[in-house]
Amino acid sequence: MTRRLLLLLPLLAFLVLAVFLYRGLSINPFERESALMAREFPDFSLSTLADPQRQVDVSLLQGEVTLVNVWGSWCPTCRQEMPQLLALAERGVRLVGVDYKEQGTDTAQQRDKGSAFLRQFGNPFEVNIFDPEGTLGFDLGVYGAPETFLVDAEGVIRYHHTGYITAEDVDKVIMPEVEKWR
Amino acid sequence: MALMRSLMLGALVMLALLGSGSLLAEAIEVRSFDNPVTEQRYQDLTATLRCPKCENQAIGDSNSPIAADMRERVYLQLKDGRSDKEIIDYMVERFGDYVLYNPRLEGRTLLLWGLPGALVLVGVVTLVLLIRSRRKSRLQALSQEEQQRLAALMKREVGE
Repeated sequence: MTRRLLLLLPLLAFLVLAVFLYRGLSINPFERESALMAREFPDFSLSTLADPQRQVDVSLLQGEVTLVNVWGSWCPTCRQEMPQLLALAERGVRLVGVDYKEQGTDTAQQRDKGSAFLRQFGNPFEVNIFDPEGTLGFDLGVYGAPETFLVDAEGVIRYHHTGYITAEDVDKVIMPEVEKWR
Repeated sequence: MALMRSLMLGALVMLALLGSGSLLAEAIEVRSFDNPVTEQRYQDLTATLRCPKCENQAIGDSNSPIAADMRERVYLQLKDGRSDKEIIDYMVERFGDYVLYNPRLEGRTLLLWGLPGALVLVGVVTLVLLIRSRRKSRLQALSQEEQQRLAALMKREVGE
C-alpha cells in the first residue's frame, strides 16, 4: 500500500511545480517592491523648482504623511496622472513633487520646462524638488517616471507605486495607504 | 594582437547588432580607463548588473536612460577606487536584488540555489536503491517449496 502511494509522488511534484510556474506567469515584472521599503527616505540637498535659491533636504518630509511623486515634463504618463494627483491634493493629502531629469541645455531651460508643465496640467504639489541630474531619483531607485512613494510622518518609506496612479488606484490603493500610515 | 582583438570585437558587435536587430546599441558611450584591469572590471560589472527598466538586459547593452545612469555610477565609483562588492551593494541598495543576475546566497535564495543539487541527489539515491533492489530480487534463492513447485511444473511441461 505504501509503495502504491509512493507512485503518486511524481504527480504531486508535478502539481507543485505547475502551481509555481503558473504563478510565475501572472507576475508583472514591473511591479516590484522598492528596495527602500520600510527604510528612511534618502537624504538629499536640492533646490526647488520654483526658487533656485531655496534649498530643501529630507527634513521636508518630516511631520506629516506625504506622497512623493517623481515626474517630468518629458513623461507622457505623468500627464495622465495629473488629474488623480490633483484629486488627492483636494482630499487633503500632502504631495511633494520631484521634477526628475528635465531635458535642456542648462538648468534655466530645464526649470522652464518643468514649470510650463505645471502651468498646463495643474500643480498639486506643496513643493517641487528640482532634480535635473536625477541624483535623488537614483537614490530612490527610480527606473521610470512616474513613481510615487508614500512617506510616513517619521520620514520612512511605506509604500511604493510604480507607473501612473489611475483614478481607480486613488480610492482602492492610495487613500487606504495614506489612512493606514496617518 | 591588438588588431586581432579589435577585429574580433568588431565582429562581436556586428553579431550583437544583427542579433538584437537594432542599431541603437551604438548610442552606448565609450569610456576611457588608465588601467586595463579597471576597464575589465567595468566590462564585467556592466555585464553582470541587470537593467531595472528592461525585461532582461544587462546595463552594459541597454539604451534605457536608467542603464546609462547606472553605467555612469559604476564608472565614477571605479575611478573612486571602490571595490566590485561595494559597487554591487550600492546598486542593490537602490534597485533591489533584481539587478543581480546571480542572486546572492542567503536565507531567501537558499531554495533557489539548493533545489537543483537536492533534486540531483534525490535522483541518484532513487536510482541506487532501484538498482540494488533489482539485483537483490534476482539473486534471491528459491525456497524449498518453490523449488519443488518449479520442478513439478517443468516435469509436467516435459511430460506433455
